[in-house]
Amino acid sequence: MERHSILERAIRTVLIVLVLVFFLFPIFWILLMSFQTNDQILRIPPSIVFAPTLDNYFTLITGKLQTTAGNLDVAFLKNLGNSLLLSTGSVILSLILGVPAAYAFARFKFRLGENIAFTLLSFRFAPPLLVLLPLSLYFKQLGLTDSYFGLIWIYQLICLPLILWIVRGYFEDVSPDIEHAYRVAGHSWWTTFRKIAIPLARPGIAAAGLLAFIFAWNNFVFALILASADKQPVTVGALAFVTASGIQYGQIAAAIVLSVMPTLLLALYAQRYLVEGLSLGAVKG
Amino acid sequence: MSLASVSESGALPVRKRPFARHALPYILSLPALLVCIGILIPFVTAVYYSLMRFRLNLPALKGFIWFDNYINFLSDAAFWNTVTISLVYAFVTVAVELVLGLGIALLLVKPTRLNNLASILLLLPLMTAPALAALMWKLMTNPNFGILSYLVSLLGFTDFRWASDPSTALLTVTLVDVWVYTPFIMILLLAGLRSLPKQPFEAAALDGVPRSFVFFRITLPMLMPYIITASLFRLLDSIQQFDIVYSMTQGGPGDTLMVFQVQSYLEFFQYTNVGRSAALLMVLWAITYFLSNIFIKHWLKLRERARGLS
Repeated sequence: MERHSILERAIRTVLIVLVLVFFLFPIFWILLMSFQTNDQILRIPPSIVFAPTLDNYFTLITGKLQTTAGNLDVAFLKNLGNSLLLSTGSVILSLILGVPAAYAFARFKFRLGENIAFTLLSFRFAPPLLVLLPLSLYFKQLGLTDSYFGLIWIYQLICLPLILWIVRGYFEDVSPDIEHAYRVAGHSWWTTFRKIAIPLARPGIAAAGLLAFIFAWNNFVFALILASADKQPVTVGALAFVTASGIQYGQIAAAIVLSVMPTLLLALYAQRYLVEGLSLGAVKG
Repeated sequence: MSLASVSESGALPVRKRPFARHALPYILSLPALLVCIGILIPFVTAVYYSLMRFRLNLPALKGFIWFDNYINFLSDAAFWNTVTISLVYAFVTVAVELVLGLGIALLLVKPTRLNNLASILLLLPLMTAPALAALMWKLMTNPNFGILSYLVSLLGFTDFRWASDPSTALLTVTLVDVWVYTPFIMILLLAGLRSLPKQPFEAAALDGVPRSFVFFRITLPMLMPYIITASLFRLLDSIQQFDIVYSMTQGGPGDTLMVFQVQSYLEFFQYTNVGRSAALLMVLWAITYFLSNIFIKHWLKLRERARGLS
């Protein structure tokens, strides 16, 4: 019996290590590539022993790329800035729009509320191109193609359902009695909302906001279709960069690393919030 | 229930101004409503376009043609190719992810330190933008220096072309999809497994019931609501996959990976055939609408249960 369980534990550990290798190796390998020169990358067989260089990152930061076709300006830092601006802006707008609505849906049972909540939820699952392609024509007419605002508005399609459904669950978990008591003590509705309801639902708001930020950052298709060249986030920028730089593999790797690091670090930092957020409250993490 | 009726349960006691009491929830949800309407406008436009002959390069031909775009699909090999490849992509990826995700969740079910660390690290692929994940795998499968190309060459596949070969393109994008999304299923099933009641398992252990029996007769049935919810959710996303396929091959080589959204994207921007593109998306929308209704039903049930447990 004892030997059996030792063997079983050994097998389990080996399997877990294999799983981790499969899921972490690509990140590890691209990270290594980003510190290699092109010659080192092209070496056969590949080696994990090499003299690391920061040149790829310097090139991205200075924005001067040398290719076989001559010098090329890349605006990768601009893309990073765009991603930061678009994601942050979308989450803030989404919280302003979504938290009061989530509170209304949780505290007042009214049909319009359910309709809005379900409409937004069903948009979450509808093909994004169905909305994006007609919008690309509208955006041209409205002159929104070249604005951050247009993108932030349409990013609500990603952020708002998350905020609404997660935060709503948290408000529903908090007993309204505390708010009743505070109201009876003579405070206004607005003060009660600010001083009691929001602080009690803070973990939910944090989880939802964080997840919305990550999904907005990782989004590709919205900006691919709607953003003009100088408003593009990293996801679209990286693909354009691959096309433009051709064989500068080290720089491509460095660009990918810079693009994914913000969300990965954020995920590690706040992992305990993520599980429930990911399942939209379908499980208790 | 009428639109204006606000139920008593949980409503705050607003002593004065009954108007404010009734109006409050509407005022609070007004911005979200406006966003809904803002999204509905392009949606309705898409429905309208799908009934039109509408090519951006031939504006003179623009006209209402009822269901001709849809009727043309019936005899269109490219359309059926899109339907087939989208369904195959969705079912293959979700099946692999489900088996792998369940296996990993079972491996990690005991909350030891190693297991918890592993489940946190497994979040990383899921938090990587799928479009960027595809680029990462593209670098790893590059024929000149890709580490994976090198590894399979050691196994004797010296000319393995990954995404650029029609016979292995689906395998390659599936690999990326599995890499990104298996952790999602794993996380959901892990949380599900950990929330199952302990008694049936203790009783089975006392009676010396074989483990395969415990797994198939106790664990699996009790976990089924989580499995169904997770699979439906992934199926909904996977049938609409765009980022990974577009970043990796733009639907190629040839039309090997022309899934719905990639096909309609190219139809719109390359062939400027707005009507056909919109009709294609409407077909996809019908499929996802059907699936999402089933999903939402299951998800709400599970949500109620999870909230009851807390």
